[in-house]
Amino acid sequence: MAEPVDITAKGETPDLQAEPMLINIGPSHPATHATLRFHAKLDGETILDLVPEFGYLHRGFEKESEASTWTQVVPYTDRLNYVSPLMNNVGYAMAVEKLCGIEITERCKYVRVIVSELSRIIDHMVCIGTNMVDLGALTNFWYFWKPREEVYKLIEELCGQRLTTAYTRIGGAMADLPEGWTDRVLAVCRGVIPGCIADVNALLTKNRIFIERTMGAGPITAKDAIALGFTGPCLRAAGVPLDLRKDEPYLVYDRFDFDVPVGEAGDTCDRYMVRMEEMRQSLRIIEQAIAKLPGGPINIDDPRFILPEKALVYENIEALMNHFKFIMEGVKVPAGEVYSATEAANGELGFYIVSRGGGGPYKIKVRPPCFPLFQGIPHLVKGQMIADLIAVLGSVNIIAGELDR
Amino acid sequence: MAVRHEKDGASGYALTTLESMIAWGRKYSLYPFTFATACCGIEVMGAFGTHYDMSRFGAEVVRFSPRQADVLLVAGTINYKMAPVLKRIYDQMLEPRWVISMGACACSGGFYNNYTVLQGIDKIIPVDVYIPGCPPNPEGIIDAVVRIQKIIETGAPRAAERWPIK
Amino acid sequence: MVLDRLRARFPADVVSVHSDFGDDTALVRRERIVEILAFLRDDPELLFDFAMDLTGVDYLGEEPRFEVVYHLFSLEKKRRVRIKVRLHEGDPVIDTAVPVWPGIDWYEREAWDMYGIVFRGHPNLKRILMFEGFEGHPLRKDYPKAKRQPTIGPEE
Repeated sequence: MAEPVDITAKGETPDLQAEPMLINIGPSHPATHATLRFHAKLDGETILDLVPEFGYLHRGFEKESEASTWTQVVPYTDRLNYVSPLMNNVGYAMAVEKLCGIEITERCKYVRVIVSELSRIIDHMVCIGTNMVDLGALTNFWYFWKPREEVYKLIEELCGQRLTTAYTRIGGAMADLPEGWTDRVLAVCRGVIPGCIADVNALLTKNRIFIERTMGAGPITAKDAIALGFTGPCLRAAGVPLDLRKDEPYLVYDRFDFDVPVGEAGDTCDRYMVRMEEMRQSLRIIEQAIAKLPGGPINIDDPRFILPEKALVYENIEALMNHFKFIMEGVKVPAGEVYSATEAANGELGFYIVSRGGGGPYKIKVRPPCFPLFQGIPHLVKGQMIADLIAVLGSVNIIAGELDR
Repeated sequence: MAVRHEKDGASGYALTTLESMIAWGRKYSLYPFTFATACCGIEVMGAFGTHYDMSRFGAEVVRFSPRQADVLLVAGTINYKMAPVLKRIYDQMLEPRWVISMGACACSGGFYNNYTVLQGIDKIIPVDVYIPGCPPNPEGIIDAVVRIQKIIETGAPRAAERWPIK
Repeated sequence: MVLDRLRARFPADVVSVHSDFGDDTALVRRERIVEILAFLRDDPELLFDFAMDLTGVDYLGEEPRFEVVYHLFSLEKKRRVRIKVRLHEGDPVIDTAVPVWPGIDWYEREAWDMYGIVFRGHPNLKRILMFEGFEGHPLRKDYPKAKRQPTIGPEE
């Protein structure tokens, strides 16, 4: 108990504001997206110190994958970043293929680019939409939900599920594109998405309330961002043009013409601007990829990695045995270790894989892009208002699934 | 409910029990608390979004305070770090309250059978409606809300009344 | 290139190097790990300014049992390198790299939480993914996959 203050006493006025206030935010709080938690130390409304806590969605991805075969891990990767699962599938498949020394087919490379960029668009839409909901601008959320449903329809057509796609396989994909799919993608990319981006752009980008609310909220310098290990839009908003699609081109990204937007101040407004521009650039990539999409098979022609044809399995004992061994024992991946990184929507998504030659992984470590971003949040908001924490948290886009794994 | 209409120009009257009158009012004004932790949360957003539009069923006003909510919609994996939080939120809700368990993880742990994941939330709180799927489509959430409305309308016993299951 | 330079600078500390699958890898001794990491960051030819990842690996049955793996990235040179350190089971202790990269803080906490590797000098080495009171380190190979420690509800 504090000493009671005698306000009638003469002399020095006691400093009632000298004591900082400790406040708990989350884990079940609408702005923390239900699984993050902060212990904040406040002086009035100014944040003196902030301790993030997480692990409320730790699902044991690594332990589960150590008990699975290489192909069985693919569905687990969906649930890392569940806002853009296709990109996780692609990242994981690329890591295993690097270990096996597989060169996938041209068509598969283009297909993977198309699905990755579609995922990047819907990921940025969720990020901006929910960020704006937290700031009280609900309309943008509805504007962005319409194209998302359209994209979900396309994804459902492609792999049978809206969210948990499990599309890629080692050496290819679950299935080839459905007939006429690329035309429908083009129709959505030309007819629906640009209009919705323009709507949100018109509502926000020159909106004085929005600018005053976000400009200067949670800034970071390029040097600090690098030291903290930021990647992706949050690093680019700070002015560092690091994009693995340009700097370490994987798949066929070096064949497309696109720009990497960068910001200056690294604040919430810049992060929003970078994401908006990246969506437009992704549309450009999709256009080019569909125009250049080659024919041919989607899977490599190698019975060690690709399941035999279903029709063969029913009539041919060898194919049946092969199929059985393939499912029960898994793909044989040579012993060794690799680290493979892709540019996911939030930044560098890395997979460090150790194999000891069995049908399943010995160890898989995911390098989630959110992990250093969440670590950097105290640095972003210290000395700012508590309300800015909400704006900043939404704009760095923490996805608990990949943060906690 | 019986409706009687005497003659034109005069207002008629309806006979009913107070219970069904309250139930009728209650079922179209459900206030859900979305305890959305994981992937299912994205589909919850989809259900409240423009395309599926939960407001057609009178359950679109999401309350983030358990004191103001009627339905606890648990969407996503619950692990042992989160489980006490879920229990506490359930305890803070006022009666009558209903619980929807959405998705394989909340119903049974799903395909996470390991050291950290709670194998079904019905180990710690009573559940009225389970939605299968990983994740369920937004139609599944709508179906669950309609089932809760059925429970309210018919006065069927809530899960809390027969919990814990022996 | 990177590995040659590292070897020339620390001939006694680099145990072995390889570039399998195109990933430059160096296995080093733990004694001068902070010096090695600071050299990799500051050397004008190398400039590994990003600590992209840190993880532990449990090679149960081998001795030394544990391995700490650093993944570094150089923004200017666009190059990657992997540094590995082996630690004995009875003494899984290594110096912290937080003074070199502040961003590596949580990775080290995670390695402690999951594998029980102690980072000497770490400012706040406590559990990060699991709750306080959890016994053991779940990603060790001798921790059973489904051994639960319920915080609430029935014992399993």
